[in-house]
Amino acid sequence: MNAMTDKIRQIARRLLEEGKVDMVVGFRKGTVPMMSEPCFIKDSARVDALVWDGNCGINLANYLTRRKERMAVVAKGCDTRNIVTHIIENQIRREQVYIIGVPCQGMIDKRKVKNLADGEVLSVEEKDGKVVVTAGGGEKSFDRTALLQDNCAICHHKNPALSDELAGELVRENPDVDRYEDVRKVEAMGAAEKWKFFDELLSTCIRCYACRNACPLCYCPTCFVDESKPQWVGKGQDPTDTRTFHFLRAFHCAGRCTDCGSCERACPMGIPVRQFTKKLEKDAKELFGWEAGMTLDARPPLDTFRPDDPGAFIK
Amino acid sequence: MRDLKIAKTDWAKGVEKLFGPYRVFGPKKEGLFHNFARLEKGEAPDFSCKNTRLSAKGLIYPQTEKMFEYTLDPNKPDHHVHKEPVKDYSPMAVLGIRPCDAKAFTLVKLNFDTPEYKDPYWIKNYAAATFVGLACDAPCHACFCTSAGTGPYDTAGLDVLLADAGDFFLAKVLTEKGEKLVAAAGWAGAGDAGAFEAKAKAAGDKVVSKVNTAKLAGKVTNDLHAAPFWEDLAFACINCGTCTYLCPTCWCFDIQDEVCGTEGCRLKNWDSCMYPLFTMHGTGHNPRGEKAQRVRQRFMHKLKYFVDKYGAGIHCVGCGRCVTACPVNIDIRRVAEIMNGYEPGKDCAV
Repeated sequence: MNAMTDKIRQIARRLLEEGKVDMVVGFRKGTVPMMSEPCFIKDSARVDALVWDGNCGINLANYLTRRKERMAVVAKGCDTRNIVTHIIENQIRREQVYIIGVPCQGMIDKRKVKNLADGEVLSVEEKDGKVVVTAGGGEKSFDRTALLQDNCAICHHKNPALSDELAGELVRENPDVDRYEDVRKVEAMGAAEKWKFFDELLSTCIRCYACRNACPLCYCPTCFVDESKPQWVGKGQDPTDTRTFHFLRAFHCAGRCTDCGSCERACPMGIPVRQFTKKLEKDAKELFGWEAGMTLDARPPLDTFRPDDPGAFIK
Repeated sequence: MRDLKIAKTDWAKGVEKLFGPYRVFGPKKEGLFHNFARLEKGEAPDFSCKNTRLSAKGLIYPQTEKMFEYTLDPNKPDHHVHKEPVKDYSPMAVLGIRPCDAKAFTLVKLNFDTPEYKDPYWIKNYAAATFVGLACDAPCHACFCTSAGTGPYDTAGLDVLLADAGDFFLAKVLTEKGEKLVAAAGWAGAGDAGAFEAKAKAAGDKVVSKVNTAKLAGKVTNDLHAAPFWEDLAFACINCGTCTYLCPTCWCFDIQDEVCGTEGCRLKNWDSCMYPLFTMHGTGHNPRGEKAQRVRQRFMHKLKYFVDKYGAGIHCVGCGRCVTACPVNIDIRRVAEIMNGYEPGKDCAV
């Protein structure tokens, strides 16, 4: 068991025993390799179910809305930024959540592991910066950094933006990382080339909405794709409707997305849906100097107006 | 039923000959994963994947299918008349379908082709298909087909079953449709039933994942429905449609009209019991408005209601797709064990 898991269990036990929270939201060990399952614990005798490893990529901020309990939540950097976003968007109250902050070393990309492994992946163990992958064809060891999810590889807010207690030592941030190399490539494309790029990107989409539903930002009681009066989007597999869903969803995330990567992680077809949200993240940063979820003390750019807001797009 | 032996070189030549008499479908890599796709002449089905990401369900039951078209323009003579769209129901050869997916069609058939109700689209597509199965000699670790009424060499729903034996395939021709297909391909070499059986036995032993489902039929439906474990099991669920869309046995659909100006059509789209909209009433009331209710519905349907209604086992073939693709690791094997072992009043460890 790793030190982080141990510490999370200790904190969870204490909070439950002291009656400080009604439940702890965290992860338990999964039933298949490279999966940990979001879970809640209400009984302090059961805190040993909690784990922390490189498979906790699902954003737990998504599990906190529309609940009545006082909750503790195990939250890595991006999760805490989404908790902040929930608070400033009035989805949860600050006093309703106790944040067990986890300084994060990044999450393992199960698709990268599957591509590199020799046969079906049977088990994956992390130790000292290495990941040992046992597959049908034998065992291989990799540097952990080579197996990170794309969003984690360019993360520059690994430490919690807001927490009540830390479950480990703060980790070194990487503020100079180039986050937008891929976005610039798309920006440089002509209209036809862009269209083709997006078409191909979405060609395998099955409209299962895993990306939307894994996203903590998507908490609308009725999503625009589900509305019927008026019906904004067709529900079939027409590529126009699929595109409309993805483009509009991305716009709804402008200035709110923390690039937690849950959408890509959840997609059963392996579609790099962050290609859409990252462009808007870049715009929010360049136009408004805004990074989502870093503070409780400022309003996000899209719900405020300032006379000096950039308006070059108005022709 | 008879046994054939098909050298791989003859296999390739035979597949070539199928283009023409058949529309040919087989596994093809698209993006990160293999899926069933229509193959063009010169393309070979790619048998290198253990199983396709999406099941073969969509070949017979497309995710979006046009039921009929109409015009609302009163100036047109055929206005407000349902018109059948032109569709291709010519013979299709489905090459390399795994036995679990073929078995799944026999379960789906219980819904789409009954004495009382017949879904014409599904029935015509199914009748057009000849299924050439590819037995699994290396089942995945999440597969539990032998606990779900099928197996890596199950012939249910298949017309031909192939077993890979290195330089050649051992084949079993199972139906009249299968005979027609092997005749069209020109495969005729006598096979080896003994060798086939030996491979089948070895493959069955390799299915390591076992699930107990024997007690499900004897459970009281309302006990399971009211069981305390659903909140815990459902907590992680994000209510996406991954499990249902990847599932070879999930058959639920939604009907939508799409009208542009005066021209319209009616579509049959896959739907998912995971979506709140699935049960939303016109009044705004939703009998399954909460996530836990929807998760319970999915598992109760697959593991209890279906079992009781049809007496054909569970509504699952153990392909393992939902197990490996669920974004939050909700595992039907675990749920089945919990349901199977549940006794009201006893603590159920989840």
